[in-house]
Amino acid sequence: MAETEIQEATTVDARGLVCPMPIVRTAKAMKGLALGDVLKVIATDRGSVADIPAWAGSTGNELLEWHEEDGAFVFLLRKGAGIG
Amino acid sequence: MADTSLTPARAMEQRIDTALTEEDVRRIVRSEIASATSRDPGARTATIIASKGTLDWAYPPLILATTAAASGMTTSVFFTFYGLSIIHRDFERLLKVSPLGNPAMPMPVTMPNLVLGLPGMGPMATHMMKAKFRDKHVTTIRELLETSRDLGVRLIACQMTMDVFGYKPEDFIEGVEFAGAAAFLAEARKAHLTLFV
Repeated sequence: MAETEIQEATTVDARGLVCPMPIVRTAKAMKGLALGDVLKVIATDRGSVADIPAWAGSTGNELLEWHEEDGAFVFLLRKGAGIG
Repeated sequence: MADTSLTPARAMEQRIDTALTEEDVRRIVRSEIASATSRDPGARTATIIASKGTLDWAYPPLILATTAAASGMTTSVFFTFYGLSIIHRDFERLLKVSPLGNPAMPMPVTMPNLVLGLPGMGPMATHMMKAKFRDKHVTTIRELLETSRDLGVRLIACQMTMDVFGYKPEDFIEGVEFAGAAAFLAEARKAHLTLFV
């Protein structure tokens, strides 16, 4: 992936939350964004690694990238024209 | 040769020939799937039956319902038989854990069923489970119910079992609807996703 800096519109800090709350918080935050906006999600729930990409796929949002940082998982999602 | 039958697939091929990168194709596929899904109400409807009234079994229907609603699905949960305890005003007292007949339940030491049936074992198991949930920061049932309401999940109490158990509408938390099997099936037949818990 090119080292271009992606500017997120807003961040969800879901650290310490477990299933289903990281998804619930992500969905709520995404609702308030405009098409093309980028949402950053930080989670410590190990299940998020499977859940966030799956949620993005079923709601028409795009997972731009994810990585592990300081013991947390950081996801960048771009709002799509889907249903979420 | 004039091509008068430009199908979407052929149009896609032509566009791939010119400028589309793999990333573009992925984006097109993703948005096509999302738009097809959004045109299919069945794929956006989830109906769940909650039939069990223990603390541990209260979680799966509520976790799945909140997640479905957060994924853009129209979601309803039909509470029947012991599942009614989950939406009872007094759910915090009613929902307990029973170690009896549950060999998979983690216990500090292995105990035979005969011992697990002794007075005090149920409260101990409930206490242990609650402590474990707290320790792992598991969402409480109260929070899951509030989240369900917040996300527009329909909580439906089974009228027939309410009558059997002698429950009145005012025994339930705010926002609960009341209906029977036909009303549930009318909703479930539209849903691609129907779960019995």
